[in-house]
Amino acid sequence: MNRLSNKIEKLSVFLRLLFSHRMGLAGFSVISLFVLMAIFSSFLGTVDPARTGAVENILKSPSSGFWFGTDDLARDIWSQTIFGSRISLTVGFVAALITVISGTLVGLVAGFYGKFVEEVLMRIVDFFMMLPELPLMIVLAAVLGPSMWNIILVVSLVSWPTTARVVRSQVLSLKERPFVEASRCIGAGSLRLMFGEILPNVIPLMFAQAVIMITEAIYAEAVLSFLGLGDPTSISWGMMLHFAFESGVIARAMWWVVPPIVSIVALIVSFSLLGTAISDVLEPGYKEKKGF
Amino acid sequence: MGLKGFILRKVVAACLTIVAIVCVNFVIFRMAPGDPVRMMFRDPRVSAENLQEMRQTFGLDKPLSGQFVAYVKGLAHGNLGLSFSHRRPVLEVIAQKIPATLILVVTALMIAIFLGVALGALSGWKSGTKLDTFVLTASLTMYSIPTFALGIILLLVFAYHIAIFPLGGMATPASLLEGPELIWDVLWHMFLPALSIVIWYVGEYVLLTRSSMIDVMGQEYITTAYSKGLKKFRILKNHALRNALLPVVTITGVNLGFAVAGVIEAETVFSWPGVGRLVYDAVSHRDYPLLQGVFLLFAFSVVLANLVIDLIYGYIDPRIKVST
Repeated sequence: MNRLSNKIEKLSVFLRLLFSHRMGLAGFSVISLFVLMAIFSSFLGTVDPARTGAVENILKSPSSGFWFGTDDLARDIWSQTIFGSRISLTVGFVAALITVISGTLVGLVAGFYGKFVEEVLMRIVDFFMMLPELPLMIVLAAVLGPSMWNIILVVSLVSWPTTARVVRSQVLSLKERPFVEASRCIGAGSLRLMFGEILPNVIPLMFAQAVIMITEAIYAEAVLSFLGLGDPTSISWGMMLHFAFESGVIARAMWWVVPPIVSIVALIVSFSLLGTAISDVLEPGYKEKKGF
Repeated sequence: MGLKGFILRKVVAACLTIVAIVCVNFVIFRMAPGDPVRMMFRDPRVSAENLQEMRQTFGLDKPLSGQFVAYVKGLAHGNLGLSFSHRRPVLEVIAQKIPATLILVVTALMIAIFLGVALGALSGWKSGTKLDTFVLTASLTMYSIPTFALGIILLLVFAYHIAIFPLGGMATPASLLEGPELIWDVLWHMFLPALSIVIWYVGEYVLLTRSSMIDVMGQEYITTAYSKGLKKFRILKNHALRNALLPVVTITGVNLGFAVAGVIEAETVFSWPGVGRLVYDAVSHRDYPLLQGVFLLFAFSVVLANLVIDLIYGYIDPRIKVST
């Protein structure tokens, strides 16, 4: 019970620090708006974003009927923008979850066992980090075919090594600490040491990595969709820009381009602000500086 | 160990990476759905016998091991297969596009590195001031905007609405310009795509140089230089910046992988006739051989560039000569 309340206390201090950080608060607020938008898409969106409309409604500028206007198939831009948040956030959160879990496992095993295991795993990590990310994602996405789940798979496949590397160097220093030694002395096995003693101390780092990975995954989804590798039936912001770009009328239809660009940039900038704030707060000595 | 051992180790590592890339490339290519021959000749009137003949020509009737040997042999001779959409050897298609990409990348990177290092050094030097906060926030924001989104904004504003720059391409079509006029025309076309790459990159270099500068400024030899009574600018130039640049050099290699992304995005938005735009075209035609060829090119160039940078680093950092 004491341990639990200790954890809750730690978490509340962390959150208070994060929200008193100007960048952290700004980032968190904007992200919350987008999360709400994604949850309540069905209420906020006026029509089905993929439903094509009547010929006379093609490329309408914003009006009371179509708040953000329509595209070249008379689909409603407002609804596309609202529902687009679902795709971006789903890809971001799911890909980051897969990336951080698999990266942490590899980093933990490599750092804990050392020697041959570490050598092999880290060579694989180095190899993946050497490959140019975007071309690799493009090739994989093109081969696997267009779907949101394939994009999640591709992004996770390409981005886990960064986390593995960061976690490994943390584990290397953690496993030499007295508390691990003490646990080993009273007979704890490798699994117990890795997951019971070391892993809990890596969690703050995993959290920081997750935010970075979400940012990268959202970016990657937008680029891949823009290049035409997204699922044409579930329209993401990158996909909207792809359609606008292909239509050849983007110059005349600013209302078609502005909402997805503003959304993508706002979401990515917010996540980077939040990420910067989190790494500031996790920095040793920050807590004391702010008087906690 | 010393410098020789360092060089040898780096060269061996680069060679192994290239071998691994070749293998991965082969595996991904076999994962592609559908029959490659069917993809190339989509016309349903092509008879089954003809398709079988094509399979034999391309060696697709052999077992996987045989295909791998043929693929490696072809690669060694510079044979990357035939492009589905161009109906020409992939290598020929790519080689034609390389100069345009090189011009764009080299120009953009040079400007970005120069600006980024200068701003980052200034920001790190004056860390904690209003100027520093401004440069830092601006860099973080610039670094977060996807290049293609920035490109579309620049295109809409400066090529459509205030039409002071061309809509795309590398030169005015059928203009028959020569000499300095042609160079001027290309520079005019390059401005917006280069700018969209530069803006992203400057942010990255500012952040790097700044943090490295702050590290160096806390070192004792800087205090020594101060107590010797040296001028501030001289300390900045000769003592601090010189050492702060070491990590910036290493990261340039790592960054080339990201630069490739910027190039693909910028070239696509501005129809720049380079390798990046080729990726977009290959994707829209589902031209797998071309896509694979471009991927190999990018991967090889990143590995080689990293090797060169590692070697330069070994040369400029005296610590490598004495220790491992």
